[in-house]
Amino acid sequence: MSPETGRDSASDGKAYWAANVRIIKISLIIWALVSFGFGILLRPLISGIQVGGSDLGFWFAQQGSILVFLAIIFFYAWKMNKLDREFGVEEE
Amino acid sequence: MDQFTINLLFVGASFAIYIGIAIWARAGSTSEFYAAGRGVHPVTNGMATAADWMSAASFLSMAGLIAFVGYDNSAFLMGWTGGYVLLALLLAPYLRKFGKFTVSEFIGDRFYSPTARLVAVICLIICSVTYVIGQMTGVGVAFGRFLEVDNTTGLLIGAVIVFAYAVFGGMKGVTYTQVAQYIVLILAYTIPAIFISLQLTGNPIPGLGLFGTDLASGEPLLQKLDQIVTELGFNQYTAHNGDTLNLVLFTLSLMIGTAGLPHVIMRFFTVPRVADARWSAGWALVFIALLYLTAPAVGAMARLNITQQFWPNGTDAQAVSLEQIETDPTYDWMATWQQTGMLGWEDLNGDGLIQYYNDASPDMQERAAAEGWEGNELNNFNRDILVLANPEIANLPSWVIGLIAAGGLAAALSTAAGLLLAISSAVSHDLMKGQLTPNISEKGELLSARIAMAVAIAVATWLGLNPPGFAAQTVALAFGLAASSIFPVLMMGIFTKVNNKGAVAGMLAGLLLTLLYIFLHKGWFFIPGTNSFTDAEPLLFGIKSTSFGAIGALVNFAVAFAVSKSTTPIPSDIEDLVESVRIPRGAGAAAADH
Repeated sequence: MSPETGRDSASDGKAYWAANVRIIKISLIIWALVSFGFGILLRPLISGIQVGGSDLGFWFAQQGSILVFLAIIFFYAWKMNKLDREFGVEEE
Repeated sequence: MDQFTINLLFVGASFAIYIGIAIWARAGSTSEFYAAGRGVHPVTNGMATAADWMSAASFLSMAGLIAFVGYDNSAFLMGWTGGYVLLALLLAPYLRKFGKFTVSEFIGDRFYSPTARLVAVICLIICSVTYVIGQMTGVGVAFGRFLEVDNTTGLLIGAVIVFAYAVFGGMKGVTYTQVAQYIVLILAYTIPAIFISLQLTGNPIPGLGLFGTDLASGEPLLQKLDQIVTELGFNQYTAHNGDTLNLVLFTLSLMIGTAGLPHVIMRFFTVPRVADARWSAGWALVFIALLYLTAPAVGAMARLNITQQFWPNGTDAQAVSLEQIETDPTYDWMATWQQTGMLGWEDLNGDGLIQYYNDASPDMQERAAAEGWEGNELNNFNRDILVLANPEIANLPSWVIGLIAAGGLAAALSTAAGLLLAISSAVSHDLMKGQLTPNISEKGELLSARIAMAVAIAVATWLGLNPPGFAAQTVALAFGLAASSIFPVLMMGIFTKVNNKGAVAGMLAGLLLTLLYIFLHKGWFFIPGTNSFTDAEPLLFGIKSTSFGAIGALVNFAVAFAVSKSTTPIPSDIEDLVESVRIPRGAGAAAADH
């Protein structure tokens, strides 16, 4: 490997990792928002929204947060597997 | 056919399947024993992870915990599923890329420190052993109730079955047995829930029925439930009654603890590629969510059913009579469970009726005085029986009860096997090969792994037969340790350049502080009376010892960063290791050179 391509792949590696960390940060913000946010701390704020005999916060605490967690993990897997190919770091 | 024969058929058939898999999936190499040859399909691994993760606690206890507390115990639902997001995003793909066999091995290599590896092994063994006690007692309970054998015999039968597939099959045998166990346990959990949801709400999906209409009253189910429990002096079901700080910290501790439990993490070593590890975490949560989305419905509907059975004419009319409990077949479940000692009632005021209400509530004390009641007469109700008794309470056909018996055993056995595997690989791979006898041959290591597994099963069985007094407290301990020691150090190993001294100091600080806090509140080594504080009046800012794992994790991070900053940076080969863990390319090679 020439020194030049060595530098390129190093900066590519940095960009790949930075993109990964950014996706993780966004995902974890949503993760916290639906569970600690809507499910617990923000529940009083959204208690006006009725969901079958209770309120939206109760729904998030017992159903909604789990469904969003699922969506986050599958989104992350899809996005990262795509990112691997874009940066050429996928497995052979 | 009587109920006993039906139960025997269901349990016998499921055990025959597990034994069949054991014979088919024998492990021939250490790679097969520790990581199922890294050839497990991500969906298959997801299913096995779900069975591994969902223990006797998830299957038997969780719905009961929610049923009798309501909203505040949503912490279990969010905590035990939210941890998978952390696992999928922060740990699983990178640890798979690292491509070794145990969690402690990663910690030892990344922090170039046998001490770090040893501390990790100790945490891992304490976590897994405390956890396995609960599974073994669960096996005993399920056998005792459904097969009319005593606890000891039941436990020994369970131990022999686990021995058969775990000792010979290792991770390979355990993986495929767990797939079968998942299918048994999820059918057992959801089928009765679907029946009950249909009976009460007309909706076949329990998670939707929970927010549907109670057909009998025409009101929304949760509103009806809130109404009848508050009329009996209990807390409103959907309301937030505890304190918010502990709810947040407890949920966070369960999440971090889940992501740090070694027996779950090591399942992600079995898939062929990094991309598969990412998908597999998603599939694991799909299979887990099927139960976790159903559990709150099971809890709420059972609470409604039970309360209405005790007040058949409404909460302001006469309570159920002793005569009706004895003669009406709807109440047969009460006699069945009374025999196990987990359910009990007593007509305190001698009026021939059984009043079930909250006798600590001032409003109810007023009503009790007016009506001549002398306290709550349903004086013993073990919450753990809720799931097992649920089909009987709802008068479901007897084959459903047989299925529940097989399902409860599947949940306990699958988790026990996963934990035993984590223990045996820690002993044979980290202690024997890693520290004591590094030159051991592969054949020798495989043999020592099998011996370690057999010893672990014997110890777990003994502890199951003689459960220490603190068995009930161990969940807090296992999650506290995993959250405060294992998760932070793994995350820092991947996402930061923290050095060996930082990692060891952080792990020890998190671990010891969490242990200290738990012991101060629960008693030293859980010996009653040696505690200085209680969870009702905790030491720091009202934080309960069960919620402390998250604080321990924070301390671990903080100490590790501080120590690492003031000591020598990591050497360049470790820098390369961190870089290589971060990109997927080359994962196959990492597996092959082992």
